[in-house]
Amino acid sequence: MATAFTVNGKQVSVEAETDTPLLWVLRDDLGMTGTKFGCGVAACGACSVHVDGAITRSCSVPLSDVAGKAVTTIEGLKSADGVLHKVQQAWIDAQVPQCGYCQSGQIMAAVALIEKVASPSDAQIDEAMTNICRCGTYPRIRKAILAATGAAIQAGDA
Amino acid sequence: MADNPTPDLDFPETAQPATKPKKKGVKRRIFLAGSALLVGGGIFGVWWTDSSVKAKAKALTVGAGEHGFLTWMKIAEDDNVTLYSPHIDFGQGSHTALGQMLADELDADWGKIKVEQAPADLAFANTPLGQGFIAEMSGYPGVINALPEAIMAMLARSLPLQITGGSSAIRFTGEVGMRKTGAAVRMALIAEAADRLGVPASELTTADSRVTHAKTGRSLRYGELAAGAAARSLSGDPTLKTRDQWRLIGQPVPRRDIPAKVDGSAVYGIDFAVPDMRVATIAAAPVRGGRLESVDEAPALAIKGVEKVVKLDDAVIVVAKGYWPAQKGLAALSPKFSDGGHAAVSTSAIYAAQAKLRQTAEKPDNEGGEGDVNAAFGGEGVQMVEAEYRVPFLHHAMMEPFALTAHFKDGTLTLWGGLQDPLSTRTKAAKAAGLEVEQVVFNPMIMGGGFGRRFPDMVEIIDQVAVLAKQLPYPVKLIWSREEDVRHGTYRPQSSAGLKASLKDGQITAFQMDYAQSGNAEGEVPFIYAIPATSRRHFAYQSNQIDGPWRSVNATQIGFYTESFMDELASAAGEDPYRFRRKHLPEGSRHVAVLDMVAKRSGWGTPLPDGVGRGIAIVESFGTIVAEVVEATVKDDGSPRVLKTWAVVDCGTTVNPLNAEAQIMGGLIMGLSSAIGEQVTLDQGAVVQSNFPDYPILKLADAPPEVDVFFIESGAKTGGIGEPGLPPASPALANALAAATGKRIRNLPLLAQAKA
Repeated sequence: MATAFTVNGKQVSVEAETDTPLLWVLRDDLGMTGTKFGCGVAACGACSVHVDGAITRSCSVPLSDVAGKAVTTIEGLKSADGVLHKVQQAWIDAQVPQCGYCQSGQIMAAVALIEKVASPSDAQIDEAMTNICRCGTYPRIRKAILAATGAAIQAGDA
Repeated sequence: MADNPTPDLDFPETAQPATKPKKKGVKRRIFLAGSALLVGGGIFGVWWTDSSVKAKAKALTVGAGEHGFLTWMKIAEDDNVTLYSPHIDFGQGSHTALGQMLADELDADWGKIKVEQAPADLAFANTPLGQGFIAEMSGYPGVINALPEAIMAMLARSLPLQITGGSSAIRFTGEVGMRKTGAAVRMALIAEAADRLGVPASELTTADSRVTHAKTGRSLRYGELAAGAAARSLSGDPTLKTRDQWRLIGQPVPRRDIPAKVDGSAVYGIDFAVPDMRVATIAAAPVRGGRLESVDEAPALAIKGVEKVVKLDDAVIVVAKGYWPAQKGLAALSPKFSDGGHAAVSTSAIYAAQAKLRQTAEKPDNEGGEGDVNAAFGGEGVQMVEAEYRVPFLHHAMMEPFALTAHFKDGTLTLWGGLQDPLSTRTKAAKAAGLEVEQVVFNPMIMGGGFGRRFPDMVEIIDQVAVLAKQLPYPVKLIWSREEDVRHGTYRPQSSAGLKASLKDGQITAFQMDYAQSGNAEGEVPFIYAIPATSRRHFAYQSNQIDGPWRSVNATQIGFYTESFMDELASAAGEDPYRFRRKHLPEGSRHVAVLDMVAKRSGWGTPLPDGVGRGIAIVESFGTIVAEVVEATVKDDGSPRVLKTWAVVDCGTTVNPLNAEAQIMGGLIMGLSSAIGEQVTLDQGAVVQSNFPDYPILKLADAPPEVDVFFIESGAKTGGIGEPGLPPASPALANALAAATGKRIRNLPLLAQAKA
């Protein structure tokens, strides 16, 4: 039985078993490997995507749960003309990634945060950013989020 | 050498750092750090001439309109320069930094420099690295300075290295390989231009990938000169730039790999796919050393998408159309494994055996030190201080679980994935599959972390996938689950130590450390304090685990023992921990400068709120001196809370400050993470932990909001940067908590102690 949903605005229909986690549908069925496998138990956040706008650990969400929903992955953050999302740009400006493996998930979590809270406080960043980074890039993640939201305020003012 | 793939080298005492008092005429046995690992795939019985090595390298990398120089680089006629790095990049940023070093000496336009991973071929074995590891122990032999031609082949013959580790990329490959190659090629380009323009070489200057004759206003592009320059022999002793001439070294150049890591386009080993590929996952014996006794394959085969169950000696593999059916299939199996006779192994049994070994062994397996500690301990009026410390097995927990793709076709085994030494990966796969090395092709890919876990000698997935692929008619990607990763690590050794020191009039008169742990990850950590009598004795204890190098290797636990105990001694002497350390460091040394700077930047000695403590520690490792200060408190639930951190670093020269800061920051945070919550424990021979919920990695909320990193540009011999930030972190935190609470924590992790 096919399951239909949208990924990054495009309609997809997948034949996978409905208990297959969204992570493996994205990676193995759709060939979208920007979303990473880290733990399989929703503990590390490497697999974070947005489902109907909500930050979601895709390793622990079965395909059946996303039927008819809108999924956004790291590959879908750029604008149609290829301009990076301001959070992605802030990640480059602050030179955040080291090994980079967790950063798709970190960026998805940061985007979800600033879509809810335009300029988050340190405490709100602490609360929202619960993904694991083994390289220890946390201080630069914080710096990048603050820089991205600072830019947002300026853009809004202008 | 061919019969001895793990050389023990006898070096004279010149191996010791300059700050340590020397004992003349005494030879000590010093082991190459992790020597068993370094030599990777053993010694190939292949000897070759310089010209054949170069021919091979060029055949692999140099195309039409391109001209190769040594095995490191090529210049294309459109001026683009490609550098082949023998180091893989698992996040440490060395590709960009190595490019900076080459481009600076070459006077190349940075925009025209590309850094690529060298092919996994012996022609690209990393000679400077092998030399560096030896030179580190013995002092640089004169011959090292005769690069490039003579050196390229010499040690590569005996140490075919292509590894990344030991914080080695910049200090050996960069200093000895990249800079000298860049300078020598620049001289060849000038010589070629001098002939073409008919002017003396001394009238020519270089900049932005051009050679210019200012007098006549003529200039030639590197691309125009490349063919002629490549035909010239390169200087064995090119003149390097002085510090004031550097344009790129020392600059915060953005890393080249980062854009692909923010949009999901970077392809890691686990992301690799080819048509018709199947995905497999594996469960190995829960007890290391155990064997697969039996397994009923039917429950897995009943799962849709599962195609095959493959039995190995010590593991069972499920092959399926994707990872999810493979994982489901594996979960459906109830394999029976033997315990290999290790059922009695447990964490507490190991600590007990280590304590007994330290007390009863006839002699240590490795020892070092100066003077007579026992005489000092018996000295009149001395105050004795003793303490026992323990640290657990630690897991690397790289974020990308192991994944390796393999395809056996027409007698060739092709592999795709990320490992720390592409060359020895080939050797290991060949051996496992019963093939010749020449029948194995390895394609190195980006790695999601490593931290010491990806040294091929210890990576079982190479053997597993090689054996598996040989049985399958299609390509297969073998992925380890996180549980498999946590339970089958090559851990930082579980280690315990007894420390003992004598104090007289506020001075340490003797300092002794006896410690027991596996010998696998043994390596020298300089003792930096000037104390008349010191003794460090290692008693090798081997459990059923395979202990491996974990970021900064032995310096983590030795640093924790030494620097925690220094605080205990300061306390016994009634002195401030910073001042107490300072007066025991050699006067005027780089160590004192580093310590003073961290005290200054952290406001050492200024008042703190109630319940907040400040801790300091200084460790030298991999040629770099790092001092750190941590401010911390204890939360209501007894767990530690890190508030602020400072690191001051003397690595001689900082090639790329942006990246070096990131490495120190990451090392410090990894050190805090391990000290606070990480431990691998054993019960009945098997690892108890299985995934992040029971192997907790520090998260953003518990990490310091910022790490103040400061570099002292001493200009001393270039040290490493990937590892040295880690060792001072755990003792600095333990010292801060002792200052905050009055309670000294001698066993890690802190969280287990707080809750005990």
